[in-house]
Amino acid sequence: MPILEGEGVTKYFGGLAAVSNVDFHVEQGEIVGLIGPNGAGKTTLFNLISGALVPKSGVIKFKDKNITRLKPHQICRMGVARTFQSVKVFANMPVMQNVLLGSLFGVSIGISSAGASREATELLEFVGLSAVRATPAKDLTLVNQKRVEVARALATKPELLLLDELMAGLNTTEVAQAMELVTRIRDKGITIFMIEHVMKAIMGVCDRIMVLHHGEKIAEGTPQEIATSKTVIDVYLGE
Amino acid sequence: MNITRVTSNKGFVLGLLGLILVLLATLPLYAPGYTPVLMTSFFMYIVLSVSWTLFSSPTGYMSLATAAFFGVGIYTAAMLGKDVPLSVFIIVGGLISSIVAILVGALTLRLKGVYFAIFTFGLVMLIPQLLVFWELHVYGTRGRFVVVIDYNTIYYAMLIISMILMVAAYLIRRSKYGLALQSIGEYEEAAAHTGINVTMIKVITFAVSAFFIGAAGATMATRWTYVDPYIAFNPLFSFLPVLMAIFGGMRQLSGPIIGAIIFAYLQEKLITTFTELYMLIFGIVLVVAILYLPNGLMGLILRLWKRIQGGQHANT
Repeated sequence: MPILEGEGVTKYFGGLAAVSNVDFHVEQGEIVGLIGPNGAGKTTLFNLISGALVPKSGVIKFKDKNITRLKPHQICRMGVARTFQSVKVFANMPVMQNVLLGSLFGVSIGISSAGASREATELLEFVGLSAVRATPAKDLTLVNQKRVEVARALATKPELLLLDELMAGLNTTEVAQAMELVTRIRDKGITIFMIEHVMKAIMGVCDRIMVLHHGEKIAEGTPQEIATSKTVIDVYLGE
Repeated sequence: MNITRVTSNKGFVLGLLGLILVLLATLPLYAPGYTPVLMTSFFMYIVLSVSWTLFSSPTGYMSLATAAFFGVGIYTAAMLGKDVPLSVFIIVGGLISSIVAILVGALTLRLKGVYFAIFTFGLVMLIPQLLVFWELHVYGTRGRFVVVIDYNTIYYAMLIISMILMVAAYLIRRSKYGLALQSIGEYEEAAAHTGINVTMIKVITFAVSAFFIGAAGATMATRWTYVDPYIAFNPLFSFLPVLMAIFGGMRQLSGPIIGAIIFAYLQEKLITTFTELYMLIFGIVLVVAILYLPNGLMGLILRLWKRIQGGQHANT
């Protein structure tokens, strides 16, 4: 049974089909990549899964439960966390408080404040931000703000993590570190669904890749299959 | 950080607060007459500005509905005052204000920025018109007399409301809900995806804030003998709390309190001594405060205090 499953998911913006009749599934423990040209509907699909948008038609199931019309906070508390393409940290709050909020309001809402601080401290250690725990998030570099988002998402104790372009804007060293972070998150037993443009990264860490184009799923397969698929090369990889 | 100093500081602060409370509670015994009346209006402004800050400061939703909630409290007192005791109509006034806040909040808290501010101010315009319409058609009159209650009782009522509000505001700021409110002000969308039920937290906090404003209105109504909808829903009560909070500083709980006391005192002095220049001086003080005190008076005081202490806790 897949941990996440979508059937015929469709979303229109005005007359434009941003996501059109897309079927998808993510298995427990997998790292699944989602790629496609700009405007292909990748972030829209993430917004539909996480409840920021409601699909026009179609069903999205998480662990066999229908989550299609639930609110973002309800979906988060069921165990689906996300990060954002454009970083959305709580800018004026210290890094620690950013992460603490995830622990306090996520899956284990009702946790004691001491327990929440302990978890948040561990997660800061995990993503490598212990040294800046008291710094307001706005004063961090882009890569560190992205780490804050990851730590905040992990603090909600997800079983499925949606990463929206974690590597965009990072340099080569930072991309390597981010790839290593993604693998370590999977080793914690968390399933990952990630949108990515950095080909090296997505080919390196994903078990399976899905390709969207003009809101439709045009291909799906292992990194090798995708890299050699003629359709994908035509619309996306070029040459 | 030196732990003993922190604890003794805390003890000192608690002792000081206790002393102030005792002095306030016994005020009518050693300073009868005008002082309790003046202090009552201080407390009224404290309640208005602290309540406003409770919701609007962390969330960044600029509410101009204060006068509406205040007016609802006043009108509740005007209508129930003759039939039920003071404590009952204060609580009912607060509750009705909360209900209005919940209805309005559920409808409008999706509006952002200036739209929310304008909508909430619309309430201050709308409710009195409805009341006038209703009074003229049902009773054929406009306005009504309010039951008169002696000023010491009113003083104690306002003292108790302010104390409960301050304790509530302090606890909310320190709790995880305070943190959540702040995260809503920072990035509401991200807050929702972090498991925070943003709609519920906003509506409840708005309602709590409205409760205290309504309760203050119900209490103060008894000082005015006669009210009509335009007196009860005076738009000035929407703006003054905002000005007081900005002037005092919104980062600390003490900010809106200090701001309210200074403004209320200024108003009292200026009205009696410079009747004509009162609004002019008021305006100048505010302009200066906004230009030179971005974090309000308390922000300035804390900055000076840190400098005196040698700035050993550099802020980063």
